[in-house]
Amino acid sequence: MSGGVRLWIVPAVLLAVAVVVTAMLTNGRDGDRAEGYGDTRTAAADRVERGKYLARVGNCSGCHTEPGGEPLAGGLALETDFGTFRTPNITPDTATGIGDWSPEQFRAAMLRGQRADGSPLYPACPYPSFTHARAEDIDAIHAWIQSVDPVEHETRGHDLDFPYGVRALVNAWQWAFFEPGRLEDQDGRDGQWHRGRYLVEGLGHCNECHRDRGTFGAVRQASDAPGGMIHGWYAPSLNSPDEAGLQRWSTTEAADFLRSGEGRDMAMVGPMAGVVFDSLQHLRTDDARAMAEYLRTLPTAEIEASGYRARPSPETVEAMMERGEALYSRDCADCHGESGKGDDGVGALAGNRAVTMQNPANIVRMIRRGGFPASTPGNPYPHGMPPFQGYGDRDIAAVATYIRQSWGNDAPPVSTIGLAE
Amino acid sequence: MALLGLLAWPVLAAPAAPADMAERMRACTACHGSEGIRIDEGYVPRIEGKPAGYLFNQLVNFREHRRTHATMNHLVAWMSDEYLAAIADWFAGQEPPYPEPAEAPEREALRERGAQLVRSGDPDRDIPACQACHGERLAGVRPNTPGLIGLPEHYIAAQLGAWRIGRREAAQPDCMAAIVERMSERDVEAVSAWLASRALPDDTRPAAGPVEDPPMRCGSVERPAS
Repeated sequence: MSGGVRLWIVPAVLLAVAVVVTAMLTNGRDGDRAEGYGDTRTAAADRVERGKYLARVGNCSGCHTEPGGEPLAGGLALETDFGTFRTPNITPDTATGIGDWSPEQFRAAMLRGQRADGSPLYPACPYPSFTHARAEDIDAIHAWIQSVDPVEHETRGHDLDFPYGVRALVNAWQWAFFEPGRLEDQDGRDGQWHRGRYLVEGLGHCNECHRDRGTFGAVRQASDAPGGMIHGWYAPSLNSPDEAGLQRWSTTEAADFLRSGEGRDMAMVGPMAGVVFDSLQHLRTDDARAMAEYLRTLPTAEIEASGYRARPSPETVEAMMERGEALYSRDCADCHGESGKGDDGVGALAGNRAVTMQNPANIVRMIRRGGFPASTPGNPYPHGMPPFQGYGDRDIAAVATYIRQSWGNDAPPVSTIGLAE
Repeated sequence: MALLGLLAWPVLAAPAAPADMAERMRACTACHGSEGIRIDEGYVPRIEGKPAGYLFNQLVNFREHRRTHATMNHLVAWMSDEYLAAIADWFAGQEPPYPEPAEAPEREALRERGAQLVRSGDPDRDIPACQACHGERLAGVRPNTPGLIGLPEHYIAAQLGAWRIGRREAAQPDCMAAIVERMSERDVEAVSAWLASRALPDDTRPAAGPVEDPPMRCGSVERPAS
């Protein structure tokens, strides 16, 4: 769209905006439009189907389903700095779910952070992102939720530290930190980019985890903020090509990465494997490409130092390197290779940003607990990493330090004190 | 989620598993050793050579948290039914050497009670014999019943104990839960010690199934029919 001839830029942009607006207005609205003219049952079924897809994109079930529990019946515990939140039942059960919510009440929750009784929702639910969504998309999700089987499941309430248990305080939080409403269109960006931003910043709510939160639990806006911690894992920043940024990937590579969970000899593990499994693998090709295109254009930033700082003495580091090398050749080299180059399907450690990014939480988790990436159509039978449960803290710190400082890798050492954090 | 495992079974046979499953399974065989487990140490069962249907059910149970083991729950959390079926098939086809049996329990009475429960059960308390379902040779019965040979004493005792305290569940009707409820703790001890001490049968492969005239109904035995 952006032609090389300067004179063409303005009309080209106008045309692009017109195309985008038209695309946005018509995208997925065929069902609604058909409602007025033809078979309303088909229209309603289309809306439910669209809602089901959008709920996948938003990964509602990722939080509103506890391990082994019925889908959407809630109960998952979210450990935060403010205490433990437990996700509510959002099946259409009237007694324990949201079966008696009207579409307006559902919109109010998703777009304005308001519960059915008018009280505020805790921002543990990512409505500060969902607020960017279109009302008709929210309605479609509501229609889908109303169509699934109701599950009677009374979930336990939140266990929050004082004073966060006082829900009225959330009113003040919303006043200070919550900006409801759609994002404005940006000049010079095409429909694909806007669609990508819509999915990443809106329903996809990526930055709710991929960016750190401030003192009061609001997601920080600065692009050089580090990622956030979730379930003991670090969600790396999308703004840094040294972390999870996709700025140096092609759109096709990045889109395949999102849907398959692997690419460029790397794979998504930990909680992100769950996001791939429950949500991203179901993306339509055009949406995956749109998200990829948007993520590629995020401004790059040098990530500011997060809380983690290991400063062991040079003697300690030397001892750790020695111990780490011995353990590595005994336990790791067989798969990852003596020079950390990996093997067919086995991740390379040399030059791998997951190994070298400043916050070492994920390699520590990976050594201790092991894990498999999600199995997806693009990567149906992934290789896995065994857990090293017999390793003590000193062993983990030694191996982690060794792989961060070998074969050209040059990342800060990992100390046993740091592990405790 | 819980239903998915059932619904998806008919389509499982479709995709061919990759040829290098051994490589992909190294995360598993690090503990479930490809050279066989040591029966006198650790807390890891032998899974190689068990019927694929049984292994698939267990993997699904771990994914759905019907079986609780933090590491297993975590490792299979994001696996598709297709992958779990491929894993089950692969392990079912492995035959690493069996470990040496553990020392027999010293006390005569314990041994007798263990032998009695395994061979004939306890009709007074409606406890069926282990052999009635797990096979004359105790090597398991295809397609869904596991063997009880080559397992460490503590592992057997812990699994029976887990059923007793509701930490381990199987598909309803959960026959093992019902059986364990009828056993005393001493019975658990006797069965575990006796089973772990048995010499291996000449043929360690699961018997062709299914079990004829089973003493009670078992949800796991009835599904999935492969």
